[in-house]
Amino acid sequence: MPIEVLMPALSPTMEKGNLAKWLKAEGDDVKAGDVIAEIETDKATMEVEAVDEGKLGKILVPEGTQDVAVNTPIALILGEGESASDAPAKSASKKAEAPAKKADATLEKRPAAAEKPVEAAPVELDVPEGTEMANQTVREALRDAMAEEMRRDPGVFVMGEEVAEYQGAYKVTQGLLQEFGAKRVIDTPITEHGFAGVGVGAGFTGLKPIVEFMTFNFSMQAIDQIVNSAAKTLYMSGGQVQCSIVFRGPNGAAARVAAQHSQDFASWYAHIPGLKVVSPYTAADAKGLLKSAIRDPNPVIFLENEILYGKTFPVPKLDDYLVPIGKAKIARPGKDVTILAWSIGMTYALEAAEELAKKHIFAEVIDLRTIRPLDMQTIVESVKKTGRCVTVEEGWPQFGVGSEIAARIMEEAFDYLDAPVKRVTGEDVPMPYAANLEKLALPNAAKVIEAARAVTYR
Amino acid sequence: MPAAAKAEKTDKSVSRATKASAWGKEQELSAYREMLLIRRFEEKAGQLYGMGLIGGFCHLYIGQEAVVVGMQMALKEGDQVITAYRDHGHMLACGMEANGVMAELTGRRGGYSKGKGGSMHMFSIEKNFYGGHGIVGAQVSLGTGIAFANRYRENGNVCLTYFGDGASNQGQVYESFNMAELWKLPVVYIIENNKYAMGTSVERSSALQDFSRRGASFNIPGEKVDGMDVRAVYEAGMKAVGHARTGEGPFILEMQTYRYRGHSMSDPAKYRAKEEVEKMRTERDPIERVRNRILEGKLASEDEIKKIDAEIRTIVNESAEFATNDQEPDASELYTDVLR
Repeated sequence: MPIEVLMPALSPTMEKGNLAKWLKAEGDDVKAGDVIAEIETDKATMEVEAVDEGKLGKILVPEGTQDVAVNTPIALILGEGESASDAPAKSASKKAEAPAKKADATLEKRPAAAEKPVEAAPVELDVPEGTEMANQTVREALRDAMAEEMRRDPGVFVMGEEVAEYQGAYKVTQGLLQEFGAKRVIDTPITEHGFAGVGVGAGFTGLKPIVEFMTFNFSMQAIDQIVNSAAKTLYMSGGQVQCSIVFRGPNGAAARVAAQHSQDFASWYAHIPGLKVVSPYTAADAKGLLKSAIRDPNPVIFLENEILYGKTFPVPKLDDYLVPIGKAKIARPGKDVTILAWSIGMTYALEAAEELAKKHIFAEVIDLRTIRPLDMQTIVESVKKTGRCVTVEEGWPQFGVGSEIAARIMEEAFDYLDAPVKRVTGEDVPMPYAANLEKLALPNAAKVIEAARAVTYR
Repeated sequence: MPAAAKAEKTDKSVSRATKASAWGKEQELSAYREMLLIRRFEEKAGQLYGMGLIGGFCHLYIGQEAVVVGMQMALKEGDQVITAYRDHGHMLACGMEANGVMAELTGRRGGYSKGKGGSMHMFSIEKNFYGGHGIVGAQVSLGTGIAFANRYRENGNVCLTYFGDGASNQGQVYESFNMAELWKLPVVYIIENNKYAMGTSVERSSALQDFSRRGASFNIPGEKVDGMDVRAVYEAGMKAVGHARTGEGPFILEMQTYRYRGHSMSDPAKYRAKEEVEKMRTERDPIERVRNRILEGKLASEDEIKKIDAEIRTIVNESAEFATNDQEPDASELYTDVLR
C-alpha cells in the first residue's frame, strides 16, 4: 500500500500551514531523512523530511497551497511495484477535516420566536465613523503596536529571549530588529530573573523597556523583580522613582505542553498593588492596549495567548489607535445573564452566548480586557440589568479572578442578584498532558452554557 | 587571556597604583569628614532605635565607612549608586541630607520616602541614588539595568552597584555579570566583604572566598582592596570606574571590610569573638587611620580636627532633633504613590 505523507503539525498550537515548496518531484526516489518539502507556519518555514523509503508517487497538494490542515495527505510514497492508484481513497483527508468542524448538535437551532432576541451585532469599536478597517492577526497587531511606539519614543526598547535575530519565539517581534537595530531589539541570554531586573533598573532611569517572556511560565523566575522592585518602588520612594515597563508574552495554556508550561497568571499579578494587568482578546484591543501599556508610567503585565496569536480580527486603520487600560467592553449585549471573560476565555463566552441565544437565553458578554484595575462600573451596571453572572477564566478556582469578581459583586450589587455568581475556571489540578485530560481541565463553551443555565434556572 | 590570570594581573597593577598615590590635605580632610558623619549618624541611629523611635530592621554601617567614601570620591557628576539595605552610609556619601535620611528612619513625612520606605528603602533621584533595596541581591540586576540605560543613552555615566559577601551567592548576581560583560555595561560591582552574611561567616557560606574572582567565568576583572583604607579604596575605585567608563565593561572590587555592629540592631553577634571585633576597631579603624595620617603629616592641627568633630555632631544632633519632631505622614498618604 502506498504511504501517505501527511501535513505535519510543527508547533503545539498549529492547525494549518502553507505548502511553500516541493523539493522532490513525482517519480523521484526518496529515502528516510530526505527533505521533500517546505512548510510555512505562521511562525516559521520548516522542512519536511520523508520518514519512509520509496518513490514519490504523487503530489496531492501542489506547492503554493495555503491553509492546508494538519494531517491532510500531501503526497504518496510508493513501495516497489506500487502505483499511485493504489492509494486508500480519502480516508485520511476526511480525518483531517473532522476537527475543523464543530459537532454542535447538542443545542437545538430553533430561532427565537416568543422572545425578541437582543441583537448580537458585532460591537462597534470606539473609532470615528467611517474608519477603515484591516484584517490582522493578533500577532501582527502586537508587532505593529511595538513598532509604532518605538518610532514615537526613542526610549522604548524590547528585550527578551529570541526577540531579535530569531524574530521572536512566536514571531511577535518579527521585523523589529531590521527596523530598529540591535541597540533597541535585544536578545538576552536565558536569564529571566536577571533580565527582568535589568529591565526594571533601566525603567527606574526613565527608559521604557518592553520585556518579553517567551511564555509567562518563565516569569516565575523573575517574579521577585516584578513584585518587589517594579511594583513597589514608586510607593517605597514616596513617589520619586517610577518604573514604566511592560512585561509581555503568551500566558495560559497553549496546547499539550503540560503542567509547567500551561498556567494562567492573571490572578497572580492582579493581586499586586502597583501593577496593572491587561489581557486582550481581539487584535484591535491587543494593539490599542499594548500601545497604552507602553505609554503608561506604571509597570504593566500584558498577558497574551498563544492560541489567539494567529486569529484574525478587524483592526482600525488609524495612525495612533489607543485603547484605555481599565475599561471593559461589552462584546455582545444581552439581558438575561452577564458572562465575564477575557483573552481566550472570550472564545468560550461568545460561543456559549451564541448557543444560549438559541435557547432564548440572552447573555451579555463582557470582555474585561484589563484585570487590574477591574472595571467594576461596567460589571456592576451589567449585573444590575441581568441579575446573574458567570465568570470565565483558565486559571485555577481558588483565589482566582472570578473569586474576586464574585466578592466585589456581592459587595457592590448584592441586592440586584437573582442567583449566586458562578465561576467557570480551569480545574483545580496541574495541567495534564493527555489530550483528553487536558480538555477536561480547561473551560469550554459547554461549561459556560451549563453555568449560565444554572444561574438563570433554565 | 584566561580570566583568573587577568584578574590576578589587575590585582598587582593596582597595588602599585595605591602605593604611588599621595593625597593632599583637602582629600584627607574631606574623607575624614565624610566618614565621621556616617559613623556619628549611625551611632545616633542606633541610639534612636534603642529608644523605640526607629522601628523594624536597622542595619548599621559602622566600620565600613571607608568603602563608600572612597568610592564616592572616584565618581563624577551623573554617576549612579545602588545598594542593598545597609544603606545609610551610601546615602550620606551621595550627599543626601542627614535630616531626610534620619526622618525616614523614624517614619516621618520629611523623610526621603515620606516615611513610606524606611531604613531599607530610600531613594534620591536628584543625588543619583537608586536605593535602598531589601531583597538580597536584587539590586545587582537593577544596577546592571541602570548601567544598561547609561550605555543606551551614551551618557558616559557609571553605576556603582554595591552588595555584600552574602548576596554574592545569589543566582541573579551571575545572570547580571554575564549580561554586563556580554554587553560591556558601565558598571562597577563592589562586593563589601564584611566577613559575615548575617551570622554565617564567608568560610561557612562560600566555596570560593576570593570574591574578586567571582567574575572570572565571565571574564570580568576584579581585585581585592583594603576596604579599611579610604585611600586604597579611592585608588581602586578610580581604576575600576575608569575601566567601566571607557567602554571596557564591568569591574569587580572586593572590599575587605568589617562591620563592628551586628547584622541588624536585633543581632547579638554571638557568632564571632569579641576580641575579633576589638582587634579590628583598635588596629584597622578607617577613621582613626585617616585621623592619624592627618596629624602625623601635619595636614591639620588637633584643634582643626576637633572643629570638624563638633560640626559633625551638630549635623547629626540636628537630624535626630528633626527626625523626632517632624510629623508622621498624613493618613491620606496611605493611598498615594501606588500608581502614577
